Amino acid sequence: MEFFRIRKDIPFMRHALVFNVISLLTFLLAVFFLFSRGLHLSVEFTGGTLIELNYSQAANLEKLREGLGKAGYSDFSVQNFGSSQDVLIRLPLRADQNTTRIGESVLQALNAETPGASLRRVEFVGPQVGKELAENGALALLLVVIGIVVYLAFRFEWRFSVSAIIANLHDVIIILGFFAFFQWEFSLSVLAAVLAVLGYSVNESVVVFDRVRETFRKVRGLTTPQVLDHAITSTISRTIITHGSTQMMVLSMLLFGGETLYYFALALTIGICFGIYSSVLVASPLVMWLGVSREQFVRPKKQIEGANEDGAVV
Amino acid sequence: MNRYPLWKYVLVAIALVLGLVYTLPNFFGESPAVQVSSAKATLKVDEKTRERVASTLRSASIENSGIFLDSNGVKVRLLNADSQLQAKDLLEKQFNPDPTDPQYVVALNLLSSSPQWLTNLHALPMYLGLDLRGGVHFLLQVDMKGALTKRLDSISGDLRSLLRDKNVRHAGITREGERLTIRFRDGDTRAKARIVLEDNQSDLLLADQGEGDDLKLVATLKPEAIKRIQEFAVKQNMTTLSNRINELGVAEPVIAQQGADRIVVQLPGVQDTAKAKDILGRTATLEIRMVEETAGALEAAQAGQVPFGTELYVERGGLPLLVRKQVVLTGDRLTDAQPGFDNQTHEPAVHLTLDSAGARIFKDVTRDNVGKRMAIVLIEKGKGEVVTAPVIRAEIGGGRVQISGRMSTMEANDTALLLRAGSLAAPMEIIEERAIGPSLGAENIKKGFHSTMWGFAAIAVFMIAYYVLFGLVSVIALAANLLFLVALLSLLQATLTLPGIAAIALALGMAIDANVLINERIREELRNGSTPQLAIHTGYERAFGTILDSNITTLIAGIALLIFGSGPVRGFAVVHCLGILTSLFSAVVVSRALINLIYGNRRKIESLAIGQIWKPGNTANVAAK
Repeated sequence: MEFFRIRKDIPFMRHALVFNVISLLTFLLAVFFLFSRGLHLSVEFTGGTLIELNYSQAANLEKLREGLGKAGYSDFSVQNFGSSQDVLIRLPLRADQNTTRIGESVLQALNAETPGASLRRVEFVGPQVGKELAENGALALLLVVIGIVVYLAFRFEWRFSVSAIIANLHDVIIILGFFAFFQWEFSLSVLAAVLAVLGYSVNESVVVFDRVRETFRKVRGLTTPQVLDHAITSTISRTIITHGSTQMMVLSMLLFGGETLYYFALALTIGICFGIYSSVLVASPLVMWLGVSREQFVRPKKQIEGANEDGAVV
Repeated sequence: MNRYPLWKYVLVAIALVLGLVYTLPNFFGESPAVQVSSAKATLKVDEKTRERVASTLRSASIENSGIFLDSNGVKVRLLNADSQLQAKDLLEKQFNPDPTDPQYVVALNLLSSSPQWLTNLHALPMYLGLDLRGGVHFLLQVDMKGALTKRLDSISGDLRSLLRDKNVRHAGITREGERLTIRFRDGDTRAKARIVLEDNQSDLLLADQGEGDDLKLVATLKPEAIKRIQEFAVKQNMTTLSNRINELGVAEPVIAQQGADRIVVQLPGVQDTAKAKDILGRTATLEIRMVEETAGALEAAQAGQVPFGTELYVERGGLPLLVRKQVVLTGDRLTDAQPGFDNQTHEPAVHLTLDSAGARIFKDVTRDNVGKRMAIVLIEKGKGEVVTAPVIRAEIGGGRVQISGRMSTMEANDTALLLRAGSLAAPMEIIEERAIGPSLGAENIKKGFHSTMWGFAAIAVFMIAYYVLFGLVSVIALAANLLFLVALLSLLQATLTLPGIAAIALALGMAIDANVLINERIREELRNGSTPQLAIHTGYERAFGTILDSNITTLIAGIALLIFGSGPVRGFAVVHCLGILTSLFSAVVVSRALINLIYGNRRKIESLAIGQIWKPGNTANVAAK
């Protein structure tokens, strides 16, 4: 079996501008949604209480809401979670209440109204924790960016590291944009997925850049766009297969992992799809525009004083 | 060219065997067990307890498959859930004859049923996180400000008596927030006070303030003193918590410090969060009282006639003791208790530090009672327990008390711990709480396992279909990767959580990248006309640089997560990072070893079984096989 039967290098760079414009538009759209809608942050970030209940029959959500209202709660959300028997209740933080007792009192209130609930999970997060998580998340992102830029600059060239990081940060924003647009819940595990995607899709750029460097060193007489085209074309088969394999695993998580892993897998899926696109078709043109050239990779021959034209000395 | 030296094959073989050995315990599952541990810090679980458990079970002819003693207590592994409950009831009756005053914690537990020889190799199964086994998780925030103000209040008392002792007249000491202000009427006195304070209170930073006849000396705690107080507060709170949690009958509680001022408490298997919170929030008190030593009183008390104003206690050694009800000092006056050694005799000792008011009372009491005994009583849930009952040898002033004599180092440590355990050094607040039901935990394991399994299967099918023999080798390498990863996690006794399982799945999904890179390179070399042996050689060689670079960037992201992540993200990050390291080894070394074994010794190979190689320009496809 051989999926990719490519005779000539595909002229990707001819369409570089188109790719980048598409990418820019998606990016702007993501930013727009991020600001207009905002992220639907999970309890871990906002603080509050989350209660998961399981009923032996289908749960009556109306009655549950009534019961909570009677018990003096407001601003809560009650929804089914996975199946009609599972219910997820979210309560915001309230300053006037002893928050640590919410779990029990809610269960009491509900047992009076709709008996037969068994507690599956309670999560309470105080206000301090959420703020810290957001800060730590941002710091982690920053560390990843700096780490990758420095490493790539050291291993390759600053032009490569800058383009790789731009391309991949834009993936991150697009994932966030999706979460904002669909109002999917952004939890800690999604954050982990986002950061993992950042590291992972830089991979992609690295593989292409590696080829670029190799081609510059080995093949003479090619223009920079030709070198990039060649590098992308010769790695495209690997790119698709690798991402396909990773995606198979992620898909399996999406299907079998249940609610907890669902958004994690979703973030990865978006990350993988856009990762291919951006790290190949966005990063490479950026490298080109930043002015990469053969001279940067071919080590200049050492000139020895007094040597003749052949460089021979005795 | 494609032959590994023998040592490399041996290395791979050893790694695989080790991986297998350390992964094995995870497959044996867990068998029901009962754990007996001490409910009171004054009670030690030792070899005797183990024998008692054994004989109790023998007398009721309940069969077991092993009784072990470890740092948590005595554990009995039982054959099934029925005999587990039976054994629990029996042991409960035997070890706690008085249910209102439990001496031991008898809890249901699960023990790994892996064979003894594996356990002897320290091959233990991974520890399951709360989201996989069910239980409660609390994150407690220690109120450091509270700890500091408490300390400053006690210092201000010390300053008062210090200045009085040295005859320095001040116009009042007040605490404003986190500083102490001492007022003086004239500059000379202030200067004098300053010298006195500098000599005696090394923890304070002093500054002059004020003018005219309203002169002030402002004292603040030095940064290092603040740090010390805070560290002490967290430690003491943790000690107190672990003492209290013993009562809940939790088999393997986790009490750990997180960051500078937080404590994580995890109670696997506990469902009743309300009770857990009650116990975490309760305070115990420590009291110092005098021992009633009137002749005949003790005998009368033992006969059932406890004299008025006294109580009968049993000392740690088991001797009865009659203690007066009148309280000499309470634990609030005790600022520290540390194990140590007597300066002269070098016997193990416990050093107590009292605050100034406490020191004054203690001085008076010891002066009047030389030669008598005093009892230090720990009162929890309205029940008292004598921690120690030393004889007063001389008057003790200055607030530094040493208890020594007939004590082992171990006992000195325990006593110091108990004395500190009385109360919390600083108030605590629950800032995060998570309770997971056991059914949800079991479901999470199943889901995590299924997603990994199906993902792996899909990748395996594809790889073998696409790369044939090389695909099979890649899949074997990937399986080896899984083996190494699980073995490493088991070896490190890392806690496996659902995000951790997700990270394992993701690690596998990403690790295949390395093999795809290698296989594609080999195909490319073949396409360009290399001989099969050369193609393998250059394929692996050229792919390695790329694999290294791409793994390092992934590793950078993993490390950032490890540094800044907490809770579930940390679990993810640990597995993610380890997965990258193991995949480097398995994808490059293990798969190469296999390929070398298959092709390395053949002198002439016509083709490689790496699937169809398509060459541009050829009208007919050239099959490589």
